[in-house]
Amino acid sequence: MYDFTYSKAGSVADAVKALGADMEAKVIAGGMTFIPVLKQRLNRPSAVIDLAGAKGLVGITHEAGKITIGAMTTHAAVAADAGIAKSLPGLSYLAAHIGDNQVRNRGTIGGSLANNDPSACYPSAVLALNATIVTDRRRIAADDYFQGMFTTALEPDEIITAVEFPIVEKSAYVKFPNPASRYAMVGVFVAKAGDTVRVAVTGAGQNGVFRLTEAEQALSKSFTPDAVAGIKVSPDGLNSDIHASAEYRAHLITVMTKRAVAAA
Amino acid sequence: MGFEGIGASVKRKEDLRFLSGRGNYTDDINRPGQLHAFIRRSDRPHAKIVRVGTEAAAASPGVVAVFTGADMEKDGIGGLPCGWQIHNKDGSPMAEPPHPVLAVGKVRHVGDPIAVVIADTRQHAKDAAEKLDIVLEDLPAVIGLADAIKPGAAEVHDGVANNICYDWHIGDKAVMESAFATAHRVVKLDLVNNRLIPNAMEPRVALGDFDAGTGDYTLYTTSQNPHVIRLLMGAFVLHIPESKLRVVAPDVGGGFGSKIFHYAEEAIVTWAAGKLRRPVKWTAERTESFMSDAHGRDHVSTAEMAVDKDGKFLALKVSTLCNMGAYLSTFAPAVPTYLYATLLAGVYTTPAVYAEVKAIFTNTVPVDAYRGAGRPEATFLLERLVDAVAYDLKLDRVEVRRRNFIPSDAFPYQTPVALQYDSGDYDKTLDEAMKGADWAGFETRRKEAAARGKLRGIGISTYIEACGIAPSAVVGSLGARAGLYEVANIRVHPTGSVSVFTGTHSHGQGHETTLAQLVSDQLGVPLAQVDVVHGDTAKIPFGMGTYGSRSLAVGGSAMVKAMDKIVAKAKRIAAHLLEASVDDIEFKDGKFTVSGTDRSKTLGEVALTAYVPHNYPIEELEPGLEETAFYDPKNFTYPAGCHICEVEIDPDTGVTQVVNFVAVDDVGRVINPMIVEGQVQGGVAQGIGQALLEGAVYDSSGQLLTGSMMDYTMPRADDLPDIAVGTEVTMCTHNPLGVKGCGEVGAIGSPPAIIGAVVDALRDYGVRHIEMPATPQKIWQIINADRPRMAA
Repeated sequence: MYDFTYSKAGSVADAVKALGADMEAKVIAGGMTFIPVLKQRLNRPSAVIDLAGAKGLVGITHEAGKITIGAMTTHAAVAADAGIAKSLPGLSYLAAHIGDNQVRNRGTIGGSLANNDPSACYPSAVLALNATIVTDRRRIAADDYFQGMFTTALEPDEIITAVEFPIVEKSAYVKFPNPASRYAMVGVFVAKAGDTVRVAVTGAGQNGVFRLTEAEQALSKSFTPDAVAGIKVSPDGLNSDIHASAEYRAHLITVMTKRAVAAA
Repeated sequence: MGFEGIGASVKRKEDLRFLSGRGNYTDDINRPGQLHAFIRRSDRPHAKIVRVGTEAAAASPGVVAVFTGADMEKDGIGGLPCGWQIHNKDGSPMAEPPHPVLAVGKVRHVGDPIAVVIADTRQHAKDAAEKLDIVLEDLPAVIGLADAIKPGAAEVHDGVANNICYDWHIGDKAVMESAFATAHRVVKLDLVNNRLIPNAMEPRVALGDFDAGTGDYTLYTTSQNPHVIRLLMGAFVLHIPESKLRVVAPDVGGGFGSKIFHYAEEAIVTWAAGKLRRPVKWTAERTESFMSDAHGRDHVSTAEMAVDKDGKFLALKVSTLCNMGAYLSTFAPAVPTYLYATLLAGVYTTPAVYAEVKAIFTNTVPVDAYRGAGRPEATFLLERLVDAVAYDLKLDRVEVRRRNFIPSDAFPYQTPVALQYDSGDYDKTLDEAMKGADWAGFETRRKEAAARGKLRGIGISTYIEACGIAPSAVVGSLGARAGLYEVANIRVHPTGSVSVFTGTHSHGQGHETTLAQLVSDQLGVPLAQVDVVHGDTAKIPFGMGTYGSRSLAVGGSAMVKAMDKIVAKAKRIAAHLLEASVDDIEFKDGKFTVSGTDRSKTLGEVALTAYVPHNYPIEELEPGLEETAFYDPKNFTYPAGCHICEVEIDPDTGVTQVVNFVAVDDVGRVINPMIVEGQVQGGVAQGIGQALLEGAVYDSSGQLLTGSMMDYTMPRADDLPDIAVGTEVTMCTHNPLGVKGCGEVGAIGSPPAIIGAVVDALRDYGVRHIEMPATPQKIWQIINADRPRMAA
C-alpha cells in the first residue's frame, strides 16, 4: 500500500465533513474490496476514514412491509437474520453466498453498493426488489441509483446509511460463479410483488446490473420457469472474457432466470 | 505405542508445528540489520532496454542500493545455468543462450527482472522501485508456439533460428515407418497439454547473508534441494566455493517442482549481501509469483497409432512442440525429452515408438518441471490416443487396453524407448479399480442421471511412470550435468536416539515421519527417538533434493545402506560384549542375541559402548556408531496403476461435476498408507485442476491474462469428490526397500481419466476429444452447436 493517514469516524456527519474537506480521502467499510485495491496500489488515497466506529450504521429493522438494513451490516449478519430468511429468502441466500466466511464476516451491504462492482451480487437484489438507498442527505430509488460500472448516483462526499427493502411475495437469487474469483459471472435476482415482477441481472453486463424487461413482462403474465425458457438474450453489451463469451453469458442469463423463478 | 515401522499409518510428526503456526518458513527468518529487496520487472514481453535510470530510486527514503544487470556483469556474475544438455537429431548441442540474473540488453517476458532496489523496509524498496526511470523499446514478440516457429518470426534470442532450442528424437524411425506402411489402420489425434502455474501455498523467499569476519555466505531459500542451489549458484553464478557457502531450506510450504530451480532472486540476495555487508531479504508477492515461478507443461502434439484390425498397437509416432519460455530454466530441456518420450510405450507392448520433440523459445515465463514433469504429458497423450483407437475402431476402451498390456510375467520388460520396467501387474490394478469404481454398474447410473437431465460419463486411464530419479551414469549419457544419487548419514547417539541426515528435502511429503519409520523398522528404535534432519548444507554432507518421487526410492535406499553398515558394526560390538562369534549374532527388534540363547544386548547398550569404548574391540574397530552411504539407483522406478473418473455434466450450463474418482496405484512397498493416500489425493486434485479448471493464458500482446487467483482457477475443496485410493504392490526389484514412489502418480494418471469421462458424457454429440481445461464454456459450445441425436 501507499502511505495514508487512517482515522475512525465518530459519526456519519464527521465522515461526510472529512470527505468534503479532502478530495483524495476515501471511506472504508468492510475493506473486502478496498484493502485488496490498496495492496495492489490501484488507489492512492491521502486518507482512509473508517466507518467502523460511526454510530447508527449497523442493524436490521423489521417493520410491516419493509426491512431496513444498516449500511455497515455484514453479509454474515444479513444471512443469519431469521426475519430476512422468512420474508426475503432471495436476499438471505444472496448474502449467504457472497465470497467466503471471512469475506462475509467483514463485507458490508453499504460498501458493496457504494462500489457497484459489475460482478457484485447486492446490486441485483436492490434493483429487483426496488429498494431505496438511504444516504446522509436523501433517499435514492433503485432505478436511479446504478449508473454504470463502478458508478452510482452518490455525490463524492455522500455516504449510504441504510438500505430499505420492501417485502415482496416471492424472491430468489441464483448465481453462476466465475470459477476462479467466484464472483457472479451471471447473477439473477427475481422478485414478485403481486402482478409486478422485476428481474435484475448482475455480472453479465458491461455497464453493471440491468433489468431484464422481456423476462419481467413474460413473468408478470405467468410466473413459471417455462414462461422465460425461450427468451433469447442478446449478447450485445454483455461482458466477454476468457471464462465466458458474451454469447455464453446471454445463454446463462436465460438459464439462471429460469432457475431463480423455480426457486422463488 | 503401536507398530511404527514399515506399513504403519503413523500420524505425521511434523504436523504439530505446521498446524499450530510454529513452522519455521524462510519468511519467518530475520537476520539482524537486514535490508529488503524489491524487484522491478518488465511489463513488456519483448523489448530493448534503452535506459534504466536509478538516480531517483537511489535517492528515495530508506534506499541503500539499486542494482541492475550491468552492475552484476561488472562484478563478473555468471548467468543462471542449465543443468541438462539435449542434443539435436544431428548430434549438435542445443541452443543455450545466456540467462542473465538481471536482464541485460533486452527483456524477454512480462516478469523478466530488470533491477533490484534494496532498502530498510519493503515498503521503502517498493516505493523507490516505482521511481526507476525505465525506458523500453518494444520489439516484436512471439507468444504462441505456432507463431514462434513460423519462418521470419521474431527471434527471442539472437541467432536462435525459428526460436528452436533443440530438435530431438528417440526411437527407431525406420521400424516405425515400416509398421505404419503395413498397418490395418492409423489412428491420429492432435492434442494440447495446457500450461499450468504451480501456485505452491508458500510463495518464494530468499534471504542472503554475509559474514564479513569469515567471508562465509548463507542463503536461506524456499528450495527443494539446497545442495543443488549451493552447487549451481556457487560454481556458476557467484563463484563462491562450497566451503564458504551455506544454503538452508527450512520449512517449505509446497514445491511441486517449482522450487527445484536456481532462480535469479537467490543469486541477487546472496551477491547483494556480500556487496552491502548486510543481510538482504526478498519475499515474493503472489501476483509476482505468477510471472516469476517457472510454469509447467505447455505441449502441442500430433500422435498416431498404427493398429491391426483388433486394435493391437503396432507402432506409435509422436511429434511434439514444447515451450521453453523465454529462457532455459534449470531442468527444462530434460522434461519434454527423457522424462516424456521415454514413457510413450506406457503399459503396452507397442513394439515400435518414434517421437520427435522441438523445444521452442517464446516471450513467456520460462517453463520447467511441475508435478510429474513430462510423465503427465506422455500419459495424457497415450491414454487419449488409446481411447481414440477404441472410438475409431468401435472397440471397448478396457478391452483395447487389456489386449495390449505387458503381461505380468514379461518382466524385466525392455521398452523400445530406452526404459526397462522391472515389475508390474497392470491387469491387477485395472481389475481392482474397475471393481472399486463399479464400472459394471455405470450404464444404470448413466440412465438414472439422464432422467435427472444430466449427462454422465466414465473415463479410465492405465498409466505408468518413471521416477526415483536417477541412475547417474545413465542420465549423464543423456545430457544431465549432475549425478542423481542420494546421501544418508545415520548417527546413533550414545544414549540410543538416532539422527538421520538426509540429502532429500521435505516440503509437504511427511519425510520426518516416513524416513523415521524406516529407522524404527530396521533398527527397532521408537519413532519418537528418531530425528530426521534435512535442508541445510552445513548439516548434511550432500544430496540432490526432492523431486521426481525419489525420496524413498533413492534417499530411503541410501538410509537402508547406511543402516546396514550400522547393524554390521553394532553386531561386532555386540559379539564382543556377549563374547560370541559375530556370525552367531542375530539382530531383531532392536536387540542383538546370541542365536540359540537368550543372551542379548540392546542397540542402546551397544551404542553407549561405542562411545564409551572400555569393554570394546578397539584394536579392530573404531569407536562411534555413525555411518554414511551414497546410493546411486540402478534404474528408474516404475509405479503404475489405473484411475477411473466419473462425471456428470449439466447440459444447460456445461458445468462438470466429478462425482466419483478411484485410483489404484502400484507404488511398490507402502511405508505409510495414510501418507500415500494423501499424496495420491493431492496429485489427483491437481489433475482435476489441470483437466477442468486451470490454464495459463497469454493474450496476443504477451500479457498474462491469468495473472492472479481472480482469473487462474485453482481447484478448491468443493470442486473435488471423495477420492478413493487403493494400492497394489509389485516390489521394485532393484532397490533394497522395494519402493517405487508415489508423489506424482496422482497428477500423472488422472487427467486422461477425467477428460475420458467428459468425452464419454458427451458421446451423443459425436465428441472424440476435448482439450484441457474442459471448462463449462467449452462444453456448452459443443452441446450448443449440436442438438443430441438421441433423446435422453
